Amino acid sequence: MHDKTQSPNAVEVRNVCKYYDQVEALRDMSLDIPRGGLTSMLGPSGCGKTTLLKIIAGLLPATSGEVFVNGEAVTGPGPERAFVFQDFALLPWASVMRNVAFGLELRGVAKSEREAIAEKCIADVGLNGFENSFPHQLSGGMRQRVGLARALSVDAELLLMDEPFSAVDEQTRRKFQEDLLNLVKSQNRTFLFVTHSIEEAVYVSDQIALLLPRPSRVSEIIQPSGFRDKDPDSIRRDSEYLDIVDDIWKSLRSYVE
Amino acid sequence: MKLFGYELPAASSLLLWGLLWEIVGQLELTFFVPALSEIFATLVEISTTKPFLKALKETGQAFALGTSSAILIGIPVGILMGINKLLDEMLLPWVNVFLSAPLTALVPVLMVLFGFGLKAIVITTALFAIWVIILNARAGVKQINPSLVEMANSFGANSWDAFSKIYFWAALPEILSGVRIGFIRAVKGVIIGQLLISIVGFGALFELYSAQFLMKHFWAVLLVLFAMAFTISEFLGMLERKVSYYAASR
Repeated sequence: MHDKTQSPNAVEVRNVCKYYDQVEALRDMSLDIPRGGLTSMLGPSGCGKTTLLKIIAGLLPATSGEVFVNGEAVTGPGPERAFVFQDFALLPWASVMRNVAFGLELRGVAKSEREAIAEKCIADVGLNGFENSFPHQLSGGMRQRVGLARALSVDAELLLMDEPFSAVDEQTRRKFQEDLLNLVKSQNRTFLFVTHSIEEAVYVSDQIALLLPRPSRVSEIIQPSGFRDKDPDSIRRDSEYLDIVDDIWKSLRSYVE
Repeated sequence: MKLFGYELPAASSLLLWGLLWEIVGQLELTFFVPALSEIFATLVEISTTKPFLKALKETGQAFALGTSSAILIGIPVGILMGINKLLDEMLLPWVNVFLSAPLTALVPVLMVLFGFGLKAIVITTALFAIWVIILNARAGVKQINPSLVEMANSFGANSWDAFSKIYFWAALPEILSGVRIGFIRAVKGVIIGQLLISIVGFGALFELYSAQFLMKHFWAVLLVLFAMAFTISEFLGMLERKVSYYAASR
């Protein structure tokens, strides 16, 4: 039924429920993530978006239901998925180089080979010259670039990003969003992005899944089409961009305390 | 330390106390406190004698064996307790009991179990050091950022990778301070062992000198012991400072 070559979707979430002890985080959630481009999951806090992302990553087990990545059921983390953490999750005792190469190190890639790959990924995220720095010497934005480079280095088809920009300041975040657009264009991968920022979601996404809480469900899937090919500077002034931001806020406002 | 606006050198309090000691000694107020200069003279005198060197070797050997077994067992046990809830609940009461237990009172039992030789002394030494090492390694693992563990899992880390590449390093600052305190306790342990189990090493020297009221000799050996403990503690403190750059930002 789930044939890898036939499935147009990178991720298929089927009737997933998740309970933390007695607390229901997800109820009967179903969602398809198309292959390629960037899909974001947007919703107010408590809608279970991070939980769903971690279930897709294989870091949390679903209480019931199934998740398929490339048509294969998820039972745990896999090499075709890489995760970018909200709090960066860098090894504070290791240099940028070792941090970026750490995913490859765990997969048993030889040192010279993994450092060559890591060096390229460090350049891709714009951190040349910081290979021997330590995380505590970097700003928040630079630390997340290290986290992103680590996820890129393992050559996973699917990048799972859990509110990656929420811990960096507003200006860094804007620069980051622009860089992310270019990265998505230049890389032939699928990005799945969790955020609670409406503007951010609309700005970077090819597809937005709007999640609502209590019970958590996908209320709407929005596919901005008109401004995706414009240059980053003019997107924020595009009328479709502004309309979508407004519409999403109207749907969400009643759920925000 | 500052006095009347002047920055004093690091060991100046020691110098002050040393001076006071010397004065009390010179005044010959009590036989219990001989002058510090005489103690040092005695130290130089006995430090080349055969019984002293033999005692140093015996104590050093028991101390090294005791502390290394405490480290080799204590650190992994502490880390595993921090990781595994079941193991933690099984072992934590015992660790706390032994941490506060008067271990000296247990020494006769150890003699019955392990005989009167080096083995019993090494075990006594290890028992003095190990509990605080376990507790500190455990505390170090408990405060680890859960994201780091998730991160390792997401890249397919096995248990050994997680243990050796994440948990150990994340807990290292706490582990090192546990080892430092453990070593200081082990100094006590080795002497108590040597006093109670078999009269060897520095324990034997203490026994001999105090029984014969040779206070200069007694203080000389105590100074050697203090210097040993101080050096080890300073060395480990230096290692701790080496990892402190990341201790604050885990």
